[in-house]
Amino acid sequence: MADTISSDVAIRREPRFAWFRQLLRDPLGCFGLVLVLLIIFSAIGADIIAPHDYKALDVKSRLAGPSWDHLLGTDNLGRDTFSRILHGGQIALYVALVSVGSSLLLGLVLGMLAGYGPSWLDNLLMWFFDSVRAFPVIMFALAVITVVGPSLETIIFVVIVTTTPGYARIARASTLATKSTEFILAERALGAGVPRIMFSHLVPNIVQPLLILASMDIPVVITIEAGLSFLGLGVKPPTPSWGSILNDGYGFIRNTPWLVIAGGIPLIITTLGFTFLGEALRDVLDPKLKKDR
Amino acid sequence: MLFYTIKRFGLAILIVCLAMLMLLSAIHLVPGDPAGIALGPRATPEMRAEFRALMGMDQPFFVQYFRFLGNVVTGDLGVDVWSRRPVSTMIGEQLPHTIALAMAGLGWAIVLGIPMGCYSAVHRNSVLDKLTGVLSVGCIAIPSFIVGLYALLLFAVELKIFPEIGAGDAGDIEDQLVHLVLPGLAVGLGWVGYLARFVRTSMLEVMGENHIRMARAYGLSNRRITYVYALKLAILPTVALLGVGVGSLISGAVFAEIIFARPGIGKMVVDAVNTRNYPIVMGGVLVTTMLFALSTLISDLIAAWLDPRIRQGL
Repeated sequence: MADTISSDVAIRREPRFAWFRQLLRDPLGCFGLVLVLLIIFSAIGADIIAPHDYKALDVKSRLAGPSWDHLLGTDNLGRDTFSRILHGGQIALYVALVSVGSSLLLGLVLGMLAGYGPSWLDNLLMWFFDSVRAFPVIMFALAVITVVGPSLETIIFVVIVTTTPGYARIARASTLATKSTEFILAERALGAGVPRIMFSHLVPNIVQPLLILASMDIPVVITIEAGLSFLGLGVKPPTPSWGSILNDGYGFIRNTPWLVIAGGIPLIITTLGFTFLGEALRDVLDPKLKKDR
Repeated sequence: MLFYTIKRFGLAILIVCLAMLMLLSAIHLVPGDPAGIALGPRATPEMRAEFRALMGMDQPFFVQYFRFLGNVVTGDLGVDVWSRRPVSTMIGEQLPHTIALAMAGLGWAIVLGIPMGCYSAVHRNSVLDKLTGVLSVGCIAIPSFIVGLYALLLFAVELKIFPEIGAGDAGDIEDQLVHLVLPGLAVGLGWVGYLARFVRTSMLEVMGENHIRMARAYGLSNRRITYVYALKLAILPTVALLGVGVGSLISGAVFAEIIFARPGIGKMVVDAVNTRNYPIVMGGVLVTTMLFALSTLISDLIAAWLDPRIRQGL
């Protein structure tokens, strides 16, 4: 009796976590997952882990190399680089989550509207998406920054505008494929309204490829934030950002190599981690996409 | 094919016009006065009004937009806010540097990426193939400015193999080429990964075809089959895909120009953002957007020329 119950449970649970087990079987996916968890935990626990205050100046030991007191050395104002990197992770993840989350939601809604709505709306939205994609991203960002001025909000705005079309296009394509299926027809015959069909029946069927794209977009967004901060057009000091650490390091590259090296490490870990994880997730969740990219 | 070319060309122009309309309206809609930002807090209302009149910002929005488009057609992109030099002249001076840099980046991608892809396809599922796969993903993932900074640190500042900054002496081609090596690597390393993957996939497709089997049956050497018969066919779709990547090439060029202190569109625009030099930024964005549209146009045309089915799609 006890045996039958436990095997029942096992049968019901297996499909739910099968994808995760498959992910763990992929060595690169595992490696990516470890790197991503490392970055997430170090950002969340920055206040506890950081050995120094990231704003504290110590001019006597400025531009120092790595030591037990300063694991990754200090910058031109004597601030502890390791602590600044931990806090910079919070900024990077904040920008990534807010902008990728908003683009995903916005792209989902706009894409469904384009796919399910009237054809004039579809055409209008597609023209809009195509013209957004016509800009090289950094150039668009520079143009917006000239007018609005550099800030965290500007970066988030630029990222949302430039990445939403990607989500919307996928959502539109899946909506077009799903809307002519029989179960949607059945829903309509039962008298379901457009919002009900869209949000309770279309969304669960089209959201998965969007989530895969989101996981692959996170490193791209973090790169944009760091890149703009590196150009001095991102977050304002003294807020620590990996990009501004690199900018300081670039200014003092002849005095010390450590600032540039230390500023680049978290970016490499993050981009590699999210990319490997994203690729593994895509292979596990949607093998059809594997060939396209 | 001619009909497709004309249609695709018209579409490219339309997209650029729409993109500029969107950019101008976004700038128009956001709160904030470009004149006030450009001139700083100490500017008098009269100075601001004069600035607005100079930049044509005192006109209604659509007048501004169509005047902008009209000026672009005649090659007039406005004047530098500070030096009053025409923006089109300045872009003309800087553009060759940026194009040379993008070409150097593509050069790196071709030199490293195509052999990597070929090797992977020929020795499929070998250890080196798997390693190449991981390496290509890594190349794609790592931001170009990190590659640039690390290359600058290692090869220029520490080892002193390559020069640190600048574009080399004008007229001295060898010096200019040496100055392109590291910035080109920064721009092109991501494309090494992309190319390796594309070439591997399309090589595997071509290697399965009948005429390759035929060549093998005739006893041609493996090397000759791979590099003469298969590669020639496998490389064409890759070329068609290159155009789509020019956008990321341009973004990478911005960083490489800043890091290696090279002249170019990217450096010009970043400097202009810092001094709020609005016409230069707009001119730079317009030119790079047109460059991007042109390269996607060319790659689409190559793709359509290779595959007649695409011509029907538009």
